[in-house]
Amino acid sequence: MSTNTIVSLPDQSTARIPKDNFITRENGLLSWLLTGDHKRIAILYLISLSFFFFIGGALAGLIRLELLTPQTDLMATDTYNKVFTMHGVIMIFFFLVPSVPATLGNFLIPMMIGAKDLALPKINLLSWYLYIAGGILAIYTMATGGVDTGWTFTTPLSTHYVNTNVLTTGLAAFIAGFSSIFTGLNFIVTIHKMRAPGMTWFRLPLFVWSHYAASILMVLATPVVAIAIVLVALERTLGIGIFDPTKGGDPLLFQHLFWFYSHPAVYIMILPGMGVISEVISNFSRKRVFGYTAVAFSSVAIAVFGFFVWAHHMFIMGISNYAVLVFSLLTMLVAVPSAIKIFNWTFTLYKGSITFETPMLYAFGFLGLFTIGGMTGVFLGTSGTDIHLTETYFIVAHFHFVMVGGMLMAFLSGLHFWWPKITGRMYPEKISQMAAVVTFIGFNLTFFPQFILGTLGMPRRYASYPPEFQVLNVFSTAGATILGVGYLLPVLYLLWSLKYGAIAGNNPWQATGLEWQTQSPPLTENFAVMPIMDHEAYDYEWLEHQTEASKATEVTSAG
Amino acid sequence: MSEPNEQAHNGHQVVGPAVYVAILFSLLVGTGLTVWASFLELGPWNPIIALAIATTKAMLVVLFFMHVKYSTKLTKLTVFAGIFMFLVLISMTLSDYISRAWGSW
Amino acid sequence: MPDSPVMAHKTDASSESADHSHGQHPPYLRHHFESVEQQADATNFAMWLFLLTEIMFFGGLFTAYLIYRNWYYPAFVAGSHQLNVIWGTTNTVVLILSSFTMAMGVWCAETQRRKGLVLCLILTFILGLGFLGIKTIEYSEKIEKHHVPGFHYSLQSFVDPASDPEIFKEYHDKPLRADMARHTEVYFSLYFLMTGMHALHMIIGICILGFMIFRARAGAYTSGHVTFVENFGLYWHFVDIIWIYLFALLYLISRHQ
Repeated sequence: MSTNTIVSLPDQSTARIPKDNFITRENGLLSWLLTGDHKRIAILYLISLSFFFFIGGALAGLIRLELLTPQTDLMATDTYNKVFTMHGVIMIFFFLVPSVPATLGNFLIPMMIGAKDLALPKINLLSWYLYIAGGILAIYTMATGGVDTGWTFTTPLSTHYVNTNVLTTGLAAFIAGFSSIFTGLNFIVTIHKMRAPGMTWFRLPLFVWSHYAASILMVLATPVVAIAIVLVALERTLGIGIFDPTKGGDPLLFQHLFWFYSHPAVYIMILPGMGVISEVISNFSRKRVFGYTAVAFSSVAIAVFGFFVWAHHMFIMGISNYAVLVFSLLTMLVAVPSAIKIFNWTFTLYKGSITFETPMLYAFGFLGLFTIGGMTGVFLGTSGTDIHLTETYFIVAHFHFVMVGGMLMAFLSGLHFWWPKITGRMYPEKISQMAAVVTFIGFNLTFFPQFILGTLGMPRRYASYPPEFQVLNVFSTAGATILGVGYLLPVLYLLWSLKYGAIAGNNPWQATGLEWQTQSPPLTENFAVMPIMDHEAYDYEWLEHQTEASKATEVTSAG
Repeated sequence: MSEPNEQAHNGHQVVGPAVYVAILFSLLVGTGLTVWASFLELGPWNPIIALAIATTKAMLVVLFFMHVKYSTKLTKLTVFAGIFMFLVLISMTLSDYISRAWGSW
Repeated sequence: MPDSPVMAHKTDASSESADHSHGQHPPYLRHHFESVEQQADATNFAMWLFLLTEIMFFGGLFTAYLIYRNWYYPAFVAGSHQLNVIWGTTNTVVLILSSFTMAMGVWCAETQRRKGLVLCLILTFILGLGFLGIKTIEYSEKIEKHHVPGFHYSLQSFVDPASDPEIFKEYHDKPLRADMARHTEVYFSLYFLMTGMHALHMIIGICILGFMIFRARAGAYTSGHVTFVENFGLYWHFVDIIWIYLFALLYLISRHQ
């Protein structure tokens, strides 16, 4: 009964973290706060993202606590509205959108393509400062009474009927949007212009393809929500009348502009996670990704089609029947490339040599949960069923399945997979596997009952509900507690591993990417010798030939 | 030292004053044309002509002042992507507004 | 024992801080780029992508404009008659000229004509200021006539056009019904939004031009490193294009009697 694992660590009695790496190259707080090094910026993002994740998580905890009982006993309805609004704003703008791109994307893309840094390091740093500025504004908003319109700022509620901090929240989202735009812009330029010799488009890791597709969305879609926020601000302060029916304006115009971004935003959130899954599934099946070209093109297809479907968030809002028809049909289309990816990942697993290290556990979780979430999206894209399911807990369950069961699991998968590369240390495998299982159980217990609640008719964004819904709500809250434990554990053991984790060496996973052919943590300039790409992606035969050579030059001894 | 096709240090083609003067002239003519056309009663053609002239002027600026005619395929594709997305935003949103007037089926 | 196949030129960390005057690369080449061409290429592409974000940003405003013009055409016509076509045309010519001087400036930088570049940048700067000056005149007229939404907006000129003799003798507008007259406020909201957003971009451009004039006098752009001027030129031309459309859409809706 041996533990089946592909992990290959150097001899721990002689192994050391390489003395010269991007962390030790320069010291002092300013060397971090004024850095241009994409790897340091990634770590700055990782720390701030984790901070905002736990704030958003605490807000979720408050929501679930309130929903334990049918009455509004924990907080007033207005307060509840503020809690779920800030939960949405923080989780979407300050966690999910930047999660994988700003941390793993920033860290890995230059290394994966064989470059020394991103094309625009100063813009990269500016991105982080914009993120922090937006985040501080969001916290200020919470401290000064919050906002209760829902993260969707629907007009005319947000422009005419609430007295809460719509302006500051809008400004926070506006600033965070520019952070996102600059990240995407940087990635597109880098991927086009800075690939190493021999790194053709179709030798790129699929992680890079997904980030490329997500970056197109960031650059083209985000400005539209920016102008929508500006218009809401002007409507609120000056009463210009652009969304005000009494002045001839149309509240739906805001929704068109808002969702023109916010639908592509969900693909901005999920595509980088899909990139992680491609890498992880390939590595832990020891097989190249099945249908590389299809997966690469499906990323771009998701990005392109994702622009054409936004009004499926508006089926019941008063758009014309013809618009409902067209957008519903187009929504069916956009499901296809996602399904192609799921099929290709499954075929990658088929006849692979599968092992179940933590990143792979999270990836399996992703496969199942994202599939369920995605398929329920098709129910919602069908306008007939959407009329009954929209604004119920079915929607809440749908997007949490894709975002938490999908995206967050992908983030954790990637964080564990590349942790040894970023820090030079391995995380403890047993406890992390346990945390992954706890997360999976907690997740299902939290969100599956919400599908049932939705079909039974429980509306979303309500602090109170009919008593017959209580049992399922109690299950959901119990699950949320377990989920919280599952998310807390990685914080603890990952921090522990920084001091006590095993030394990882260059390539503990025996992975094929360029980032694994150099030391862990990497040098500031990434590679001692700039690479030339002379093999296909996920070429495990090439890796076998390299194993001898790389073992000889591996930097594991002191100095 | 002033031929329009000389190579600059960075290897791009240098576009010279002759081209720019020609484009300037065209843009000024276009401006006069569009103002004159707006004073004519042309029914539904007024906005179409105004937009057509504006688009022609914009194309001249993009191709010649912004050097897109002399740029790489990537630049041309990028410009196209921007215009395409802009048109998608406008046309698909407008399609909702226009079809509202058609009533329910 | 085979060498690692990933052999190319060494990037010794210690040479990062080495003396630049060894002539291997110009001082303006950033270290993460392999060559000046790659740097120029990449920054140019980055500027284009930034302009894409600007297209989409203004796109929201154009969408709003097209919707409300479709719904409230008579109000939009009446509103546009309040704009002075002479000022508008002048401004269009001013911006077109400034695009010309900017393009000439780029040519001067590329052909290393320092004095020519400075002259072109100064002309562009002055023309830009001229545009803003005319816009200020136009805005003050609107303020005087209470056509600024949200600030004691007045329907007087639209329900009773004869009370506005200057405009009335040009266009002889019929009085609008009260509800349609109210929608002129939407027209003016869009007018101020779109021209205001455009003017903001002009102001930013003029500030950068000011900075560039100083640097150009010092020869920063006429010794081979033209990318800053080129990329700013792209921005300036883009702002010109936005105005070309704003002029056509806001000023020229229908000026026939």
